[in-house]
Order: sequence, then C-alpha cells, then structure tokens
Amino acid sequence: MSTESKLQALLDRGEFVVTAEIGPPKHSSPEGIKHHAEMMKDYVDATNITDCQTAIVRMSSIAAGIHVMHSGIEPIIQMTCRDRNRIAMQSDLLGAYSLGVRNVLCLSGDHQKFGNHPTAKNVYDIDSMQLINMVRQMRDDKVFLCGEEIKQAEPRFFIGAVANPFADPFEFRVVRLEKKINAGAQFIQTQCIFDMERFERFMEKVRERGLHERVHILAGVTPLKSWRAAKYMQTSVSGMIVPDEIVERLKKAEDPKKEGVEICIEQIKHIRNIPGVHGVHIMAIAWEEIVPEIVQRAGLHPRPKVQ
Amino acid sequence: MIIAQQKPIQEIAEMIKDCRKVLLVGCAGCVTVCLSGGEKETEILASELRIMRKLQDNPLETVTFVCTRQCDPEYITPLDNLVEDVDAIVSLACGVGVQYVAERFPTKWVLPAQNTNFIGGSIEHGIWEERCGLCGNCILHLTGGICPIIRCSKSILNGPCGGSQYGKCEVSKDTPCAWQLIYDRMQSLGKLDKLLEIQPPKDWSTARHGGPRRAVREDVIIG
Repeated sequence: MSTESKLQALLDRGEFVVTAEIGPPKHSSPEGIKHHAEMMKDYVDATNITDCQTAIVRMSSIAAGIHVMHSGIEPIIQMTCRDRNRIAMQSDLLGAYSLGVRNVLCLSGDHQKFGNHPTAKNVYDIDSMQLINMVRQMRDDKVFLCGEEIKQAEPRFFIGAVANPFADPFEFRVVRLEKKINAGAQFIQTQCIFDMERFERFMEKVRERGLHERVHILAGVTPLKSWRAAKYMQTSVSGMIVPDEIVERLKKAEDPKKEGVEICIEQIKHIRNIPGVHGVHIMAIAWEEIVPEIVQRAGLHPRPKVQ
Repeated sequence: MIIAQQKPIQEIAEMIKDCRKVLLVGCAGCVTVCLSGGEKETEILASELRIMRKLQDNPLETVTFVCTRQCDPEYITPLDNLVEDVDAIVSLACGVGVQYVAERFPTKWVLPAQNTNFIGGSIEHGIWEERCGLCGNCILHLTGGICPIIRCSKSILNGPCGGSQYGKCEVSKDTPCAWQLIYDRMQSLGKLDKLLEIQPPKDWSTARHGGPRRAVREDVIIG
C-alpha cells in the first residue's frame, strides 16, 4: 500500500536507506533537536523520534517530530503502547498525520520500571501487533479500531515495526516478525546488532520464509563510545548481545571513541552485503553529531533524492 | 474470596470437541463458596457435556475430582492417578488453579471452565460484588473503609468526579458512586476534613503495573 512517505519511495525503488535516531529533550526547548536535524539532514533519509525511551519523560515524539520535519528531515514517529490507550493512540495518529507526519514505528515500549516514574501505571491496552494492525486498518479499511468508518481524510502512514534478533526464543523471533508483516508492517528496524553471526542466522531464517520480499528490513547499529558502554549493554540491557571481542577491542583502543566509530562503519559495510537487508538504522545514543561521519565513511553519502 | 463464573457450556464443549475422555477438576475453595466450581457444579458440568455429546452421536467419557484447593501443589497430587488416559483436563478453579494443574502436567492439554471475575464477597444469596483491586498498598484508612481503587470506575483518589449524580456512578445506574459512599461515611464519622487533603499520585508499582508479584515470608519457609 503506497503512502506519501519519502522513506517508502526510496525503499520501493530499491535504495539502501539510512535512518538515524533523535531523542527528544527532557525540557520544552526544540533548539537541540533542530540542531541535530540540521546537522543530519543531508546524511539520512529519515529519523526516528523516540517516544519517551526507557520510560523517561521527554518531549512528545509527535511534537519533536514536527520540529525535525521543519528542519528538513522526514520524521518516523515512534509510538509505544505503554502510555496511551487505543483512544489516545488513534487521536494522536490523526493529529500527527494532520501535521504532516507520514511514518510511524509501532512498538511496545520499555516498562516504566526502568524510567524516572517507576510508580506509574502502565497502559498496554493494545500491544504492538494490534497497534500495527490498527494503523493499517485506519489506512486501508478507513475504519477506527471499533469498526466505525473514518468518513474523510484517513491517516495514510507508512508502517514500521521492530524486531529483536537477540531476544529469545530465537527461532520464534522470525515467526513473530512474519506475524508483524501479516498485521501490516512495511518496514522493520532491528535492535542494535553487535553479534553479527546471530544476525546473519536471523536473516537466513528471514530469507527461508521469504519475508525479505514482503518487508524492508533496516539493520540497527550503535556506535559505542567506550568499553564501559559496551560492558553496560552486555550486562545490564535486556534483549542485547554484545560479544566480548567488542568490549576487548574498545578496551585496548588508544582512542575508544574513534574505535567505536570504526567498528560501526565495519558493521555497516558488512550488513550492506547481507541479502535481504534494505537499509541501516543508526542509533547513536546521545551522540547524534557522529552520524554524518559514519554515513560518509561507510560510503553512504550523498543520499539519493526523492522526486 | 475469588469470584468466578462458568463459561457458557458451548464454549467449553468447543474446547474439548476433539477429546474422547476428559478429567473435570473442581475446587473446594473460593469457587465452591461462590457456587461455580465445587463438587455439585463439577458433576453438573460433566453430565451436561456428556449429554451434549451423546446427542451429537459422539459420546464423551468424563472423570471428575474435586481438589481441596487447586492453588496449592500438594492438593493437586491426587490427580496424578487420574490423568494418564485423558485427552484433556478441564479445571473449574479460578485462573490460579488452572495454571497449577497445567504446571503439574506439562504434557496435558489443560483448559479453563471458568472466567475469573474479581475479588469480592456476597451481597445476598446469588449476588456478589467486587471489593478489592489488589493494588498492594491499602488506602482504606483514608477513605472510610470504602475502596475507590476498585469501586470508583476511574479509580479516582480525590473524588467524586463530575459524573456522580443521585449517588450513582456515570457508568451505570446500578453502580453506587464509591465517592458518594466515602463522603457519607466520612461525614457520619465527623472526618470530612480528611477529604480536603490532596491525595498524591499513587505508587502503582505494588499493583500489577510493577510486573508479576511474589510474596515471601522468610519466617515460614521450611528448610
């Protein structure tokens, strides 16, 4: 199903796309995100705007996405199921579309226990699978979740979802990916890849089921600044696998930041050759300014234009 | 106690449509008291299912047993001798009992015969009402012994909301407004001043929002 998304136009014509991530601020000034967007705009095809990631209160992803859009980048609004019920989500989808947002990434969201309001209620009225299906229904069937008709101007989003090849049970991850595609997902962004061997096995299974022909998979990468950051991800972030070699490589490096960038560039070059991967998603956590260098040195600059 | 109500018989029959022999397990705990899953109900359900299947020319064999409690591993062990040749086990306990039986028999298809509704008590014979929201952090001392977490449709801590009228909740004319009840009670106790205190946002981490809960009493752990 085609939409007005530029990201979709690029993917559909077979480009290897580049997306990045911008985390909204913990205050109400848009200056920082505008700065990051202006810096990245010639280097990425779209940027994800996270939705209170790790359950920490930040500027809303839709509002931040509009600032990013006005700075010249197409936003991918992340929408989690943690904080809003189906009424609020559909309302926000209408609002986001009315403001010009064309991409939405549907996900469950980190549990509030890990954030700065651990005593909050969680919502999870609908789950990520149901959210994908709801966004698709609103677009293709022109109905709200309840079945009531959307009489005019239905929101026509390019629908994204996430997949984590490093979570368990490994074999079921590909099946669940298929379920997301059946629900309506058109592009997938993966969890940050450090264990390349496991990701390759995941992609092998994806290809066995022919899923790479039904969905655009963007492989997630994260440049690491230090061996401590690597160690932290290895031991304290669930659903993540960081091989010891990466920790060791950063530990031995004279300039760990430089080494982190080198590793990331190597990963991107490797990923580009994995059949069925249609792009890369760079999650430079609190290190947005490094994205242009990574894109440039990975040989992904200049970015293609959309007519 | 836990209040549960039996699923429609057609729904249960559908779950076991491919079975030739099933074990129906009742529970002598809460579901016996609320008249939905005790000995009597277990036998009635078994004979209803047999009759239905006989009428379909597809006879069903049933075995019945009632555990003292299905939420205690030791009371499930008597089922060990009964499960061998059955195609499924249908539990008439609350959701806890169904899961304990399923854990005990990993190779068996275990099915729920009940919908577990709420924690409450009886109002009169045949009528039960919800009383506790299991939030894990009781505030009844602040609200005159009436729980707004579960008895107010919005779980408001500083009520009543604008939808309260004639003592009823806006959600249903049959539902008393919990905050009307709290107000009346606090007034009669001469403690209305307490209701002027702004109750802060609640810590929901002790409720289900904090993840699955577990209670530990080290002083009674054996061994």
